[in-house]
Amino acid sequence: MPVEYSPYLYLAVFLIIAAVFPLVPLALAWLWSKKFSPKKPGADKNATYECGLESKGDAWVQFKSEYYLYGIVFLVFDVETIFLLPFAVAFTNLSVGGFLAMMVFLLLLVEGLVWAWQKGVLTWK
Amino acid sequence: MDEGLRSELSKQGIFTTTLEGIYNWGRRNSVWPLQFGLACCAIEMIASTMARYDLARFGAEVFRPSPRQADLMIVAGTVTKKMAPQVVRLYNQMPEPKYVIAMGACAISGGPFKQGYNVLKGIDRYIPVDVHIPGCPPRPEALIHAFMTLQKKIGAQRLSGSERARHADPEAPSEFPVPQYGPHDLEPSKNMDVWQPPKLARAG
Repeated sequence: MPVEYSPYLYLAVFLIIAAVFPLVPLALAWLWSKKFSPKKPGADKNATYECGLESKGDAWVQFKSEYYLYGIVFLVFDVETIFLLPFAVAFTNLSVGGFLAMMVFLLLLVEGLVWAWQKGVLTWK
Repeated sequence: MDEGLRSELSKQGIFTTTLEGIYNWGRRNSVWPLQFGLACCAIEMIASTMARYDLARFGAEVFRPSPRQADLMIVAGTVTKKMAPQVVRLYNQMPEPKYVIAMGACAISGGPFKQGYNVLKGIDRYIPVDVHIPGCPPRPEALIHAFMTLQKKIGAQRLSGSERARHADPEAPSEFPVPQYGPHDLEPSKNMDVWQPPKLARAG
């Protein structure tokens, strides 16, 4: 008589063990606390932990997200600096074509800055 | 269990214990102190956790940065009157079972600053202290000794019956009143439930 072999049976057994293994200690800890450590909530214990000080005000405050605009505009100067330094070092040996290409590049970046300025991004509201 | 039967069984190689005994054994060997230092005693406390003195041998190297995870508060240093409310509040925020070691002359009595206007004359005026260590500052060995004393105390605690430990008693308080920083002194200046001023006895 051939023995019926079911690979999924092993999976089921492992699944049950995997569930029981963490649940039993949790259940035991829960039962233990029911019996031996009575709940003692209190005003201080339930309060927000702030290094022993009483918390003041509401934790649900709004943070301004406008900073990201400054971050983006900063990128203009950041990229500019990276390219301006080699440009300045090689300035005397530069051909007219190279000079014009660099000027076009700068113009593009300055254009972006002027556009942001026009939109009023640089004024902190 | 009968003591004679227990010794008879242990002769046969059968070890018996109580649920309480094994629970307390686990508890006393995994005490997690609160990472909390107030003054120079804290340096000795730090030294006792380092390799030379190695508090980890007693299962207490896991200093927790939050009172929610701590079992033991080591009051290491001078408790000023401005700091005392915070110390008591931190103690209140620790979950039961919780223990306190008052480390050093300042924490137990005010120490060299006892006559000062701004130093609390012992943290045991506000919270129940389990072990006091004298010294200015106590050496790491003294802290370890205090720790072993605390371990003995935890090991002897009962979980039920009339002699049970404070944390097992639903009626015993878990929080103690936090003093307020008043214009002249802390208000109240002591918690009479945990600390009584010493009575003067005059002869004759």
